[in-house]
Amino acid sequence: MNLVNATRAEFSKLLTVRLWWILAIVLFVYVGFTAGLLAGVFTGLIDSTGDQLPAALADVHLIVYSSASSIGYVFPVLLGALVTTSEFRHQTLTPTFLANPRRGQVLLAKVITLAVFGAFYGAVAVAASVGVGGAVLSVTGGDAMLDSEDTWLLMARAVVAMALWGAVGVGLGAVVPNQVAVIVILLAFTQFLEPVLRLGASVWEWTARLGQYLPGAASDALVGASVFSIAGPGGPSASTMMLEWWQGGLVLLAMALVATAIGYFTTWKRDVT
Amino acid sequence: MATQTSINVSHLSKSFGSVEAVSDLSFSVQPGQVTGFLGPNGAGKTTTLRILLGLVAASSGSATFGGQTYRELPRPLAMVGTALEASSFHPGRTARDHLAIYATAAAIDRTRVDLVLDQVGLGGLSRRRVGGYSLGMRQRLGLAFALLGDPRVLVLDEPINGLDPEGIRWIRAFLRQLAEEGRTVLVSSHLLSEVHQSVDSAVIISRGRLVYEGSLAGLESTARVLVDAPDRAGLVAALRAAGAAIEQVGAALSVASLGAAEVGAIAHRAGVSLSLLNTEQAGLEDAFLALVGAESPPGGVPATTERIPA
Repeated sequence: MNLVNATRAEFSKLLTVRLWWILAIVLFVYVGFTAGLLAGVFTGLIDSTGDQLPAALADVHLIVYSSASSIGYVFPVLLGALVTTSEFRHQTLTPTFLANPRRGQVLLAKVITLAVFGAFYGAVAVAASVGVGGAVLSVTGGDAMLDSEDTWLLMARAVVAMALWGAVGVGLGAVVPNQVAVIVILLAFTQFLEPVLRLGASVWEWTARLGQYLPGAASDALVGASVFSIAGPGGPSASTMMLEWWQGGLVLLAMALVATAIGYFTTWKRDVT
Repeated sequence: MATQTSINVSHLSKSFGSVEAVSDLSFSVQPGQVTGFLGPNGAGKTTTLRILLGLVAASSGSATFGGQTYRELPRPLAMVGTALEASSFHPGRTARDHLAIYATAAAIDRTRVDLVLDQVGLGGLSRRRVGGYSLGMRQRLGLAFALLGDPRVLVLDEPINGLDPEGIRWIRAFLRQLAEEGRTVLVSSHLLSEVHQSVDSAVIISRGRLVYEGSLAGLESTARVLVDAPDRAGLVAALRAAGAAIEQVGAALSVASLGAAEVGAIAHRAGVSLSLLNTEQAGLEDAFLALVGAESPPGGVPATTERIPA
């Protein structure tokens, strides 16, 4: 009944149902496909414009590789939210709290576990984006830039970002213990609302300043590149407004901590009936 | 069983909003016997057990194991084994993995997992996903979870629910065996007939209040005498002088420890004329139903059983 045992138990919980590897496979395919597509499109653009590269496209390889987290971040959040809400849904909080009545310790163990799984998802996503994206870049005449320090730094930061997203998922699941509700909220926000907000925010400078604190934007700042950074209608000056990488990391960390704390006090400490 | 542990519930109350599920409930459960925790559905049994196990916070009062609350126990699963309901499983997980997770969390040796699975007769099915289990198999898995830490105290909520006749016979023998090993066994049920063969004593609650605590034999002999007199105070004094246990039931007095002839004689000697003298011959089930007030009309005023202070 200590944090080590609690964390080992949380690991077992994840590894003994099929969810984690199903999501990992989908993540690999999704990120690999997206990175390959981006790589193909960008090298096509470069070919058609000759040497006259738009400034934002100078680091094509980084944009392609960053899809690991800029596209893939929804997977660790989803995993974290699903495993947390499944405790409520299947009433497994009862045996969990019987085995370890220290509820705060259990929640902390879950956060740690999901951060580790998030990092693993990060590794899977990076393998997909660099593997497939890099291959397409090479084949289509671009440069995979695998010997570049920037590439490896980005890969490492993508893993850190995905780890933080896993922790955010636990907090989210504790705040919204209804599994269907949390899935709807997550998908609606990450797949629709946030991209729209980021595009909208990039129109004016003051909104862009706020927009950089959006969770996905903070994540992209941590990683250092994103396909979103070249997609803004306000042009490079507004759309590339990003936090420092460490600031982005802190925003994600704060989100994970705040959500987990709120979840702890609202649903986790409640009567288990 | 090095030491034995009793369960002590003291002035326990719990309100859910304006609904009082448990009110001022006190009772204790002794080791070495099977105690039935009885009452109709909605009487507050599960709420009481969940408070006892630290899952639900009490509004007031306490519920402890030998003086320590569940959360204060250094190794709760090794002290108290619990089977609450037959649905606290992830359907996609095997029985073996299910138990292994909580063994890990509670620092219980993993070898216990296969041991308890064999003990409840699930040994051959332990690598199947729980989603495919029947209700009876889930009950057995719940029991395996309770036994995981080889606990001194067992708290089982409706463990017989959903078992087939063979399973019922099995669990009765099993409960007996656990009690004979010196463990404290508390078994809840809403059906007296379900447990009366296997329990030694009973705690009966109704509408969140204690209505009976004692041996099952004592419950059976509550063939009570209903008696009343215009001079009720005189009657009470005379009966009490004779050592009778008196309760007020509705408009009459109920005497549990004396026969009708004795009550009549006592009243006669005291010069109290009776307005009512009637033997209520109650079987075990009738006594139970009378206690929990199941015969009162739905929505009506519950039959109040006041204890006249001695």
